[in-house]
Amino acid sequence: MGSNYDDDVTFTEYSLGPDQLQKIETILQDDLIDSGVNSVMLIDLAGNIIAQKDNGSSEHDLYSLAALASANFAAVDTMAKIVGEEEFSLLFHKGENESIHFSKVHDEFLLISIFSKKVALGLLRLKVSESIDKITAIWKR
Amino acid sequence: MDYDDDGISFSEYTIEGEQIDMLDNILDEYVAESCANSAMLIDMAGNIIAQQDNGACEHDLYSLAALASANFAAVDTMAKLVGESEFSLLFHKGESESIHFSKVNSEFLLITIFGKDVTLGLLRLKVADALTKINAIWE
Amino acid sequence: MAFVNMKSKEVQAKIVYYGPGRGGKTTNLEYIYSKFRERIKSDMVSIKTHGDRTLFFDFLPFDIGKIMGYDVKVQLYTVPGQVKYDATRRLVLKGVDGMVFVADSQVSQRKKNILSLKNLQENLATYKKSIFKIPLVLQYNKRDLKDVPLLPVQQMDKDMNSQLKVPSFEGSALTGHNVVPTLKKIISQTMASLQNVLK
Repeated sequence: MGSNYDDDVTFTEYSLGPDQLQKIETILQDDLIDSGVNSVMLIDLAGNIIAQKDNGSSEHDLYSLAALASANFAAVDTMAKIVGEEEFSLLFHKGENESIHFSKVHDEFLLISIFSKKVALGLLRLKVSESIDKITAIWKR
Repeated sequence: MDYDDDGISFSEYTIEGEQIDMLDNILDEYVAESCANSAMLIDMAGNIIAQQDNGACEHDLYSLAALASANFAAVDTMAKLVGESEFSLLFHKGESESIHFSKVNSEFLLITIFGKDVTLGLLRLKVADALTKINAIWE
Repeated sequence: MAFVNMKSKEVQAKIVYYGPGRGGKTTNLEYIYSKFRERIKSDMVSIKTHGDRTLFFDFLPFDIGKIMGYDVKVQLYTVPGQVKYDATRRLVLKGVDGMVFVADSQVSQRKKNILSLKNLQENLATYKKSIFKIPLVLQYNKRDLKDVPLLPVQQMDKDMNSQLKVPSFEGSALTGHNVVPTLKKIISQTMASLQNVLK
């Protein structure tokens, strides 16, 4: 009973070795950052950052962003259930200078991409979808 | 630090009984014209201010209002974190029903639930009309 | 920012359960939900992780009947207690009318209680609200635990309530002990603070 209450225990349903993490980071770098995305992170649905890459000039508070993104994703998912939907379509928020794109990976992870106007949404979607396929393949091994 | 005097911050907005009548009328008209299933005006804390539907909508609106305000607040905070003043309109598309969010002013959101038979273009047009009418109430 | 609908004579008030992670905030709401099932028309909404930790909030709308001629709906919320969720926790406080602080009675959690209370004070301040003025009730939870050392109630009072001087309850969210009295107390305090609006 007492141990159930311990805040320091982090419950995880997945485990990733250093090799797998390295591969994921390479995918994020090659497919997304090198395509002009400012910052990208793979987070779990509890808001923990699993892997992250940026172009070196992105200075956002990524931990807060990850926590908000996972919470928001869950809130949207709950709204979908209340109106009787399986899920709502992918999330995308457009800003003046930077936009955020959310994509679900498996049932466990979210890929969050922050990109500027110089990256077209169409290209971003293509690159995100390719990255997700590659990341998913890493798990299958 | 400038604290509220009485511990409750009711002063952020007030709505008179007749204003509620006007809001109900606007929403009623909006639902009819846009063919939406349900529309509600909520505040940023998730309270339902006014609500109208087509009579066939049986969703748990209090929960939806709580989630919608939280969703909006989370997106708004994410915008601030990346240095944007705000992100563009929120819209979630489902198989048979979708949800559209519109910011009325700094205090209120208009949430619309609509089916596949309503196009997003038409809805946006009607939302804009409704927002103008709602804002006129406070002017 | 309770919403008073003068037309339908309805009041919606927001009460938020705050406190350190794994302190029993969600368990409080779950007990209330099971106890008053017939008065709560909708399901309890919980936005949580796969590991069953609160990620954003729990939400439970609760009709408490008529007060001064108004139909009062109390909306109960919890916040995520884990330190890392501060940005989302702050969002839940928007428009809060009353607060329950659920403290963890285990000796090992003493520091976390104090830090969480301080965090509450800071987060309320971002909404220009004072922890000394908002209706607030403390609950010293997990008094039912037998196999771990618990903080004496006097110590918890000294740690958390020496300046606040608000009502406090020894409780057990798991067994339900003092869960309902905690709720009743915060509802009556919140309603009292709304009284001048309801006139």
